[in-house]
Amino acid sequence: MNGVRKGYVRPLDLRHGAVDMTHGSGGRAMAQLIEELFAKYLGNDFLGQRNDGAVMPMPPGRLVISTDGHVVSPLFFPGGDIGCLSINGTINDVAVLGATPLYLAAGFILEEGLPLADLARIVESMACAARAAGVPVVTGDTKVVQKGAGDGVYITTTGVGVVADGEDFSGDRARPGDQIIVSGSIGEHGMAIMAQREGLGFAAPIVSDTAALHGLIAAMRASGAAIRTLRDPTRGGVATTLNEIARQSGVGMMLQEGALPVQAEVAAACEFLGLDPLYVANEGKLLAIVAPEDAHALLAAMRAHPLGQRAALIGSVHVDAHHFVQMTTGFGGRRIVDWLTGEQLPRIC
Amino acid sequence: MRFIDEFRDGELARGLAAAIRKAVRADRDYAFMEFCGGHTHAIARYGVTDLLPPSVHLIHGPGCPVCVLPIGRIDMAIRLAVDAGVTLCSYGDPMRVPASDGLSLIKANAKLGRGGRAAAAAGSATVGGEIRMLYSPADALALAQQHPERQVVFFAIGFETTTPPTALLIKQAQALGLRNFSVLCCHVLTPSAIASILESPEVRRWGTLPLDGFIGPAHVSTIIGTRPYEFFAEEYRKPVVIAGFEPLDVMQAILMLIKQVNGGQALVENEFSRAVSRDGNRKAQQLVSEVFELRRSFAWRGLGELPYSALRIRQEFADFDAERRFAVGYQAVADHPACECGAVLRGVKRPQDCRIFGSVCTPENPVGSCMVSSEGACAAHYSFGRYVAASDGRVTCAAPDLAVTP
Repeated sequence: MNGVRKGYVRPLDLRHGAVDMTHGSGGRAMAQLIEELFAKYLGNDFLGQRNDGAVMPMPPGRLVISTDGHVVSPLFFPGGDIGCLSINGTINDVAVLGATPLYLAAGFILEEGLPLADLARIVESMACAARAAGVPVVTGDTKVVQKGAGDGVYITTTGVGVVADGEDFSGDRARPGDQIIVSGSIGEHGMAIMAQREGLGFAAPIVSDTAALHGLIAAMRASGAAIRTLRDPTRGGVATTLNEIARQSGVGMMLQEGALPVQAEVAAACEFLGLDPLYVANEGKLLAIVAPEDAHALLAAMRAHPLGQRAALIGSVHVDAHHFVQMTTGFGGRRIVDWLTGEQLPRIC
Repeated sequence: MRFIDEFRDGELARGLAAAIRKAVRADRDYAFMEFCGGHTHAIARYGVTDLLPPSVHLIHGPGCPVCVLPIGRIDMAIRLAVDAGVTLCSYGDPMRVPASDGLSLIKANAKLGRGGRAAAAAGSATVGGEIRMLYSPADALALAQQHPERQVVFFAIGFETTTPPTALLIKQAQALGLRNFSVLCCHVLTPSAIASILESPEVRRWGTLPLDGFIGPAHVSTIIGTRPYEFFAEEYRKPVVIAGFEPLDVMQAILMLIKQVNGGQALVENEFSRAVSRDGNRKAQQLVSEVFELRRSFAWRGLGELPYSALRIRQEFADFDAERRFAVGYQAVADHPACECGAVLRGVKRPQDCRIFGSVCTPENPVGSCMVSSEGACAAHYSFGRYVAASDGRVTCAAPDLAVTP
């Protein structure tokens, strides 16, 4: 038995290796993948417990939980990748309910043949985003499916947070007279993906806006403004999110087209592809409905934060039995801003 | 955006609106048909109607290529994928048009499901059918080149604007010697549709559809030029103003039409002179006539069978004609009995005059084709203009019942 080194396992080949079926088998190969890849990048005390779940302390307040599956294609795009997207997206879903995000769980569905180098890049990006946000991934799961049964990797993340008693940012609280604020220019994530897929070359490439918004939201809460509703306009864009809120609250809305912040590149790409930026997904923007008397104070607080510099007042809430979201066009007419119909951009997040 | 924003300028729009208000005579109304879905979309999206005096009426025309496609043509495309097992490539809009048996291209593809796609991904030789959406017809050719084991069919629809790219595609496929690529040709011709409107009893005999002139096609005219419309202006005494698809183009065209009507003229005028000439794009015309010939007759939704109103692939390119290669024939299918798409396409009814508009028929569950494409009259009115009817005190729709997702 000479030459056998006790306990030696050949390290994963992160340069040329690929995911195979044994990585999801529950055996030694899976343990190695967790050890050398997931734990290496995401490591923290809770994950280090090496149990099937994690036990964590919980501060006082009400529990908030949100879960989100990520299936974006391509996996890597200008401004981000599926890894950081899966962290930021779930943090935002927890944070827009007024909660402080505390912990994340991540489930991976890997496709046989996925290069380990790609997986390492994705997990490193998740770790980087989680560290920046101060929200650790405390538990996870890995499954492998046969080649052709998936598309590289799908990631589901679940976020847990706490919200103080008395804080309530539900979608049914918009009232006539309230003002509508968007935290920055719209449509960047969707168009970054679309431009990449369609091979549209722009002098300055469109970059996804993926970002964790809990810091911005904390600054907004600290301003003391009477915020009724917060929501991140992801799939379906600003138009669909405002329609959701209008229906939940039983109100109508009127937007000003001229007030909508849109980057010139995004406007051009939308024009080219026949899309409307109002319906294109964002991953680092939020919509706030605020009491009219506090609108300007809130806007100032948002603009003072790096993620809210281009925040803008885009419209107001009013009485409407039909719950229509409408817009005064820059042209001088009026139109309905309806729910998104069908599937504008599949697999955007 | 340079060269775009200029044509959407609110200040200029107000100036044109004032000029239109000044030009209209108090003793009469004006009814103009915008032929193209592109105009219908621009009018609805920018709220052009809000800037017009109440005596100017816009009638939506049949120029939405998806809308005029009869159910039987969608059925043919579905049969190609389901029965003949081809990879059918379609533009986005036709995907949701209702076909027979409760199907649409998108639903048929879901039914084909894993069998087709999983086998294709695994590189199986016996692949099942599949329906794909694409942005550019060139993608269909690329797909055929990448997958020699699959039969790829491009579902070619549209008026004269989309015809030259299809012709080019067929010529390229021939030059490449591709044996697994063909086209299901459903290209139709604008002048035939205009003639059909003008010959309809509502316009000619009964006069129940008042029609004082046409806002003529933008993109179609870049290909065919303004000459083909001269016959209509002269024979039917209707002015035609060719207009671009930007909202200021539409306003300018309306002003030009009003002036012609007031002066008793019936001329072809060209507002879209930055892109359209009298003779059009001769090179594109030549390419089209090289590859296509007139069909003796073609069924249109709403307008019925129209003689010499569509194109078919010439005998020299028969190898690339999916109708010949797969022997799929056209079978006429009746529209849904409550659907008024036919009357809407002829301009005889407005979307909100249809009993099922906004209730049974919505963009999520379209019954008729006009509710599908964003250029369709019903979809445009549903998406952008419903508040007009709603403010009359008529409830035209309920808020769609969708789940709220985070």
